[in-house]
Amino acid sequence: MNGARRQFLRTGLAGGLLLSFCGWLNAAGARPFAVGEREMLAAIANALLDGALPSEREARRRLVERTVDAIGTEIAGLALATQKELGELFSLMVLAPGRMIIIGVGKSWRAASVAEVAEFLQSWRTSRLSLLQSAYAALHDLTFGAWYAHPDTWEAIGYPGPPRGYF
Amino acid sequence: MNDPIRSGLAGGWRHIDASLLTRNLTTLEADVVIVGTGAGGGVTAELLSAAGLRVVLVEEGPLRSSADFKMREAEAYPELYQESAARKTSDKAINILQGRCVGGSTTVNWTSSFRTPPEVFDYWQRRFGLRQLSSTAMSSWFAVMESKLSVRAWETPPNPNNRVLVAGSEQLGIATGSIRRNVKGCWNLGYCGMGCPTNAKQSMLLTTIPAALARGATLCTRLRGERLRFAGSRISALECLALQADGIRPSGRRVHLRARHFVVAAGAIGSPALLLRSGVPDPQRLLGSRTFLHPVVISAALMPDRVDAYAGAPQSIYSDHFLHQAPIDGPLGFKLEAAPLHPVLYATTLQGFGEAHVRLMREFTHANVLLALLRDGFHPESRGGQVRLGSDGLPVLDYPLGEAIWEAARRALLAMAEIQFAAGARWVSPVHEAATGYTSWAEARKGIAELPLKPFVCRVVSAHVMGGCAMADGAQRGVVDHRGRHFWLENLSVHDGSVFPTSLGVNPQLSIYGLTARNASLLAAELLGRPPPLIP
Repeated sequence: MNGARRQFLRTGLAGGLLLSFCGWLNAAGARPFAVGEREMLAAIANALLDGALPSEREARRRLVERTVDAIGTEIAGLALATQKELGELFSLMVLAPGRMIIIGVGKSWRAASVAEVAEFLQSWRTSRLSLLQSAYAALHDLTFGAWYAHPDTWEAIGYPGPPRGYF
Repeated sequence: MNDPIRSGLAGGWRHIDASLLTRNLTTLEADVVIVGTGAGGGVTAELLSAAGLRVVLVEEGPLRSSADFKMREAEAYPELYQESAARKTSDKAINILQGRCVGGSTTVNWTSSFRTPPEVFDYWQRRFGLRQLSSTAMSSWFAVMESKLSVRAWETPPNPNNRVLVAGSEQLGIATGSIRRNVKGCWNLGYCGMGCPTNAKQSMLLTTIPAALARGATLCTRLRGERLRFAGSRISALECLALQADGIRPSGRRVHLRARHFVVAAGAIGSPALLLRSGVPDPQRLLGSRTFLHPVVISAALMPDRVDAYAGAPQSIYSDHFLHQAPIDGPLGFKLEAAPLHPVLYATTLQGFGEAHVRLMREFTHANVLLALLRDGFHPESRGGQVRLGSDGLPVLDYPLGEAIWEAARRALLAMAEIQFAAGARWVSPVHEAATGYTSWAEARKGIAELPLKPFVCRVVSAHVMGGCAMADGAQRGVVDHRGRHFWLENLSVHDGSVFPTSLGVNPQLSIYGLTARNASLLAAELLGRPPPLIP
């Protein structure tokens, strides 16, 4: 059995069990982010938006926090079934066993560097497992949607915003 | 800017926002209950009310109008679209843009208006026995709706984004055409997808629905059609769930609607789902099957000059060249169109992250995007998707992307890249996770030929949902007949894109308007015991 195949089985089985466990945890449906989820989403945003975010530490932290808030708003507008699935995904990513088995990140999200998180995102992006590819796509769309919905990100891309005038 | 909807409401139109109900509502009764207020529901409401029938409209989304349309993605998507414009197939591989508000997708579409192509009617006649429907038989109905909705040639020059499609095609000897649009006094702003702020788009929100409301129709919003009650071959009532103001959670209040006739027009995902929830007879298991999406693959280009693809009429040019390279049921053909770009739509669709993503976003004003809409449902292996019910009773769409789709996707990505380079692009890339872009057509031709085409890796989107309650000449192969009448329940009609037995190969709004105008006119005549309309 080759390594990729073994990895597939391990991830498939353990991932499935973890997902059911997280599903049970999330049976109540959507709720505000827990601290661990905020840290995870902040780490993801820090990596996805690297280059768009300012390098100055405090300004960057503030914009990342704003983006995480906006992700929460986006999720609240999704179908309840999707909200529940995202809740499961986030729990999986936050709980230590999930982080180690699925993500391969032993340390906490807060301690992970941009490069480490980017490497993990890239591994999901290019994974053979559609579950992980779709999870990457969800994180991608939520984060970039949250970022570029905000008018103060438009100047950097030359977008003047909607026309103003006789409305 | 006058807001005709707010004026109408102030003038006494009957509108019930079900999210405000403090108790159940069981007294509403009408001649006809219509579920959905998009292209099908809107036209039906106008024609039935004009005939003197009492109509109640049921809409799951909110009533929003020009005064609310601020041209901001952050507001428009959650307010006006299904699932905040993030509706997806069950495997999450295809993102589906579909309206959910009064006017349905007509409130947020890009105004592209095409009649159903003759070869599609021919195919339906051959394969589904729909001999009553042809370009000739339908031409008066299309003309009626074109006149009513101001569908006309668009005289303003195409914006630079659409000009790329003309310029590149011209270089290559590929024919293009101008798209007719349903607008009146359009300001050429480019924000059709967020609701028209100037009341120029002649959507259902501004035309048929106000006409019906002015004649005393009742519009219920934030109300989800839950279940049709039937006994024997007749439906007696529609049970509805009121939603909270968030438009997502049921509030616990219920609305019970009685009528002589019921028209389902909830779109090609919503209509089959309502019929499935209701358990209507479906012995051949056809409900929700053969759901088509015009799966779209995307090619992004960077042009030497500014494109500003957010400004100007979103779609004014098309090419059907690649629809006509093979028989209709041969390898899938595709229609080429341009796509408007706004920051959220572009940033979420674009592949990659970090520095690579930022580099592309910095060139936002120079970006051109072409779309290829694959004509699904004709090739024997292109059988579309299946709408089923999730554990919460809401619809789920399975749509497997098979080899017939990917073969066409590759041809389409090649064709778009060649056109973009011929138009002078300095960089072109399929929206694809493994593509980093090409700087020449030679490089693109080689690169795209080798790209792995698979779900998630290659981005696939859709803005057109069709099928699932297909019409045919008999119950063996259809859910409804050519008039949209259900084969098993005598007082049930389906009036929306779900009746199409294949996709169309064109943006669907005018096909829905025309067929619904015909079928609602036939229905009105029957309900009132009058002779059918004189136009064929």
